[in-house]
Amino acid sequence: MDRIPILKMGPFLLVTIQVDMHDRLVLALQDDLMNQIRAKAASGVLIDISALDVVDSFIGRMLGNIAAMARVLDAETVVTGMRPAVAITLVELGLSLKGVRTALDVERGMELLHTSLKDQESSHDRAEV
Amino acid sequence: MTGRRSEELQIRAEEDVVRVRQATRQWAVDLGFSLIDQTKIVTAASELARNTMLHGGGGSACLEIVENGIRRGLCLTFQDQGPGIADLDLALKDGYTTGGGMGLGLGGSKRLMNEFSISSRPGEGTRVTVVKWK
Amino acid sequence: MSQTGKSRLSDILGRHEREILQDWIRLQLSAGSRRSDIKENELTDQSRDFISAFRRALADGSRNTQGPEWQPVRDLLSELSRSRARQGSSPAETATFVFSLKQPLFERFRQELADDGNALADEIWSTTTLLDDLGLWTTEIYQKGREEVIFRQQQELLELSTPVVRLWHNVLALPLIGTLDSARTQVVMESLLQEIVNAGAAIAIIDITGVPTVDTLVAQHLLKTVAAARLMGADCIISGIRPQIAQTIVHLGVELGDVVTKASLADALALALKRTGYAVTRLQQTRES
Repeated sequence: MDRIPILKMGPFLLVTIQVDMHDRLVLALQDDLMNQIRAKAASGVLIDISALDVVDSFIGRMLGNIAAMARVLDAETVVTGMRPAVAITLVELGLSLKGVRTALDVERGMELLHTSLKDQESSHDRAEV
Repeated sequence: MTGRRSEELQIRAEEDVVRVRQATRQWAVDLGFSLIDQTKIVTAASELARNTMLHGGGGSACLEIVENGIRRGLCLTFQDQGPGIADLDLALKDGYTTGGGMGLGLGGSKRLMNEFSISSRPGEGTRVTVVKWK
Repeated sequence: MSQTGKSRLSDILGRHEREILQDWIRLQLSAGSRRSDIKENELTDQSRDFISAFRRALADGSRNTQGPEWQPVRDLLSELSRSRARQGSSPAETATFVFSLKQPLFERFRQELADDGNALADEIWSTTTLLDDLGLWTTEIYQKGREEVIFRQQQELLELSTPVVRLWHNVLALPLIGTLDSARTQVVMESLLQEIVNAGAAIAIIDITGVPTVDTLVAQHLLKTVAAARLMGADCIISGIRPQIAQTIVHLGVELGDVVTKASLADALALALKRTGYAVTRLQQTRES
């Protein structure tokens, strides 16, 4: 089975979803990401969904799971590029995606992760003093 | 559109849920639905197809054009021969799930479409029919 | 409808389809009402297709033109009505296409049912109502086509009348003016979300200073739009909420949650600038000496 590729960009992991995923592929992505976060000691995950024209509750749940599990491993998650039609539908569907941060595009998502990392590091420094 | 008026798809595995999404998208496009309506219809189809696969042990999806006077719409019917739903009211509540999901499948699909009907009895399978009018 | 009546039209059509078709085509070509835009072979094809679909529907036995047996005929007429409308035919001209089939059919009835006056009268009547239904169907389709054009133009007008403004780098403003109804609000919100993508704006200010009243439905649309924008990665600020609207919102029990609101568009802009990392400073005036 083809798996969604996960790229490393500095301290972060980047995933670009470009296919209509069947459920097994979604679960495989979830597993792979969790493994990679630990293996690469990543501080953040960016999932770009700008190519998705449909996001249903299964994928929504995956995104929420990833954010929650990543947080346990001390990593931040940002979802980028959600299309307007998808956003409107998710709101209608009742999916809140709480705990998932969002950004308009990959560039801004990266900025968000960098800022978040800096804030974290500075608060750690303060704590140590 | 003088072509086909209906299409039936078998739902057995995850790939079939994807096929149902793609077929539904094509029908919605052909009927001239707006992008937002297309997205709602395909999302509802995805939820219901998955339900059929997971809880119904597989089944079928039927996509067909329906008419009400001069109005046209897309009707999706999902049928399975599974164990059936004992408490329909409970099943329709958001957040209720027996499958570890988010419990939004049925209630969510209802909100995304114009018409929603479900009939299910324990031991007799479940049939869900939804319609979106243009 | 009598059993024998049904089979007569079906039967006569079955036996004489080709001649009836030729008579009909000849009749249409010679009639003054036909637009010269419609080419002869197009007319021939349309007529042939119609008669054959008509015959098949009749064979199923039903006389209810709204029923499923007549779906192929309805589809054919819908397509024909739309294509003729595009070519400039009036609805009357298109309906006449169907009505004109009566003459060749009645000719045949007269020949076949010469000695049975009652049967002839029955047949003419039932065929008349059948073709009348179908002719009227084409005018309904034409009407619907016109309505679709009007609707599309209304949409375009709506989009033109509520432009989304690029107020600053990454800041959009949507000044809403006039009474909002549910349909208009939806259109406007959709174009706001699209513009957020187009402009890459992280903040959208929805200003409702010019909106006299807001009802629950509109309030819900506004909130849904804010939620959708957030999912996309943008934040919304609602500004210009007048005291009466604030009252209505509380009265209706609408939960604003954590949606940021500001009294004026100016305040909202100030906040947006701060959020996007801009500061506004006043320049020192230098005096000419």
